[in-house]
Amino acid sequence: MPQAADRMNTREGDEQARSTADAVARRSYGKLIAFLAARTRDVAAAEDALSEAFATALTDWPRNGCPANPEGWLLTVARRKAIDLARVNRRSEEYSEQLQAVDRELAAAPIYDEIPDERLAMMFACAHPALDVGIRAPLILQVVLGLDAKAIASAFLTSPAAMGKRLVRAKDKIRQAGIPFRVPGREQLATRLAAVLDAIYAAYSEGWTDPGGTDVIRRDLTEEALFLARLVVELLPAEPEALGLLALMLHAQARRRARRNADGEFVPLAKQNRALWDSQQIAEAEALLHRASAMGSMGRFQLEAALQSAHADRCRTGNPNWSQVVELYDALFSLTGSPVVLINRALAIAELRGAGEALKAMPELAADARLAEYQPYWAARADLLARSGANSEARQAYQVAIGLERDPAVRRFLELRLLALPD
Amino acid sequence: MQYILLLHADEAGFSKMTPAEQQQGMAAYAAYGEALSKAGAAKGSNRLRPVSDATTVRVVDGKTQVLDGPYADSKEQLGGYFLIDVPDLDAALSWAARCPGASHGVIEVRPIWSMQA
Repeated sequence: MPQAADRMNTREGDEQARSTADAVARRSYGKLIAFLAARTRDVAAAEDALSEAFATALTDWPRNGCPANPEGWLLTVARRKAIDLARVNRRSEEYSEQLQAVDRELAAAPIYDEIPDERLAMMFACAHPALDVGIRAPLILQVVLGLDAKAIASAFLTSPAAMGKRLVRAKDKIRQAGIPFRVPGREQLATRLAAVLDAIYAAYSEGWTDPGGTDVIRRDLTEEALFLARLVVELLPAEPEALGLLALMLHAQARRRARRNADGEFVPLAKQNRALWDSQQIAEAEALLHRASAMGSMGRFQLEAALQSAHADRCRTGNPNWSQVVELYDALFSLTGSPVVLINRALAIAELRGAGEALKAMPELAADARLAEYQPYWAARADLLARSGANSEARQAYQVAIGLERDPAVRRFLELRLLALPD
Repeated sequence: MQYILLLHADEAGFSKMTPAEQQQGMAAYAAYGEALSKAGAAKGSNRLRPVSDATTVRVVDGKTQVLDGPYADSKEQLGGYFLIDVPDLDAALSWAARCPGASHGVIEVRPIWSMQA
C-alpha cells in the first residue's frame, strides 16, 4: 500500500515541520525580527516577511525535510519576502539599499550558524521615550515574543482592534521618525534602561492583577514578562536594576499560588500557607539581589525587591522587621516621591508605632487627585481607621475601596472586613 | 535623515531681557549654529520675525482670504528653526536638547518627509 504509506509519511512530515517551526518560533522569533528590522527600522515589514517565511516553511519542510539550520533558512526566505514586499509597496531607493545591505550580511557565512542577538537593541527602540508610554510594553511583547494584538489586548483590558491600531501607529513612528535600534551609550543607558524595565514590569503587573488566573478569558503575561526580564539580565548582566527587577518579579511569582485559598478567596501575606511558596524562585531572587547590591548602585527595583525579601523573611522567621521595612520605604520614597509608597510605609508604621501614627503618615488626598480613585489607598485607610476604633469612618472607607476594586476575590475579602466591624 | 527643529517660545521674553542678556542669548545661538556646522549636521536655519508681523492666507471657494496675525494664537510662538541632517532620532533629540531654545521654550522635532518614500 504505497499510497497509504506516503500519506502517513506526509502526515509525519507535516507534524515534524510544524513542531520544528514552533520550536524555532519560540526560540528565535524575536531574534529574527530584530535582525530583519534593525537595518530598515521597519518592524511591520519584518513581521510580514517572517510570517510569510514561516508559512512557506510549513509547506516546504514536509516535502523536502527540515533544514539543518532552520533559523538561517527562515531568515533567507524572510529577506527575499521583504524585498518582494518592498517592491510591491514601491518603497524608496534608500530602503532597497538597506535590504541589500541585509543581503550582504546574510551572505557572510557566520550568520547562518549564529544569528546575532539584537533583541536588546530592539527593546530599546520599543521603549523609546518618543513613543507613548502605554504602548511600550505591548510593543515589546509583540516584537520579541510574537504575541498577537488579540492576546495583548486581552491582558491590557482593551479591544483587539484598538490595540492593533496603537501597535501599528507605534511601528510607523519607529520607522518614520527614525528611532534607532541601538543600545544607548553610557550617559543615557540608565534612564533609557529604566524605560525598558518599566515596560517589562507593566507587562508583569497586568498579568498579576488577575491573580490565580481566575479570569479564563484574560491572557496572563507573567511568564512572558519573566522571560523578558531574564533576557535583559542575560544581555546586560552588569546592570543592577535589571537584576533588581527580575528579583522583584521572582519574589512575587514565588508567592503567586498562595494568594488564593481553595475557594478562590484572597489570602493576605501574613496568612499565606508558606508551603505553597516556590522556594527555588525565592532563592534565585535572593541571589540576584545579592549580586545587584554588590554593584553598589541602588535603584527603585532593587529597593522593591529588598522589600519583598524582607516581607518573605519576616513571614518565614516570625522576626518582626518593621523598622527595616520602614527604612526601605523611606529610601524608595526619596527616589520615587510616589504616594503609593507612602501608603505602604504607613501600613508598616502601624505595626511599629500603632494605627494612630500610621494615619498621620498617610499621604494627603489633596496632594494627588488620583488617590481618590486608588483602591489600595482606601483599603489601607479603612484598615487603619478600624484598628484605631473609628468604625464609622472605617465603614465609609471600606465602601469606597470595595466600589473601586475590580477583582471579585479582593472585593469579597474587603466585604468580610466591613462586616466584621463592630456597630 | 533630515529633521527640522522648530523653536517655540514666548516672544515677549526676549524684549524683557537687558541688552547684555540679549547679547548673551544671541551669542549662545551663534555658538550652537557653529557647533552644528562643525559637526556637518547643519542644513539651514533662520530666526523668524515676531507674530505681530505675520499674515495668514487661505483660499476659500476660489477667493483669497488674507488675515493679520499668526495661524495659531498661543502662549508660545514659532520663533525659528534649524534644519539638520543626522543619522537617527536620538542624534536629532540630542541636538535639540543642546539648542539654547530648549532652555527657554519648547523644541518640536519633526522628520522631513522624504520625497522618495
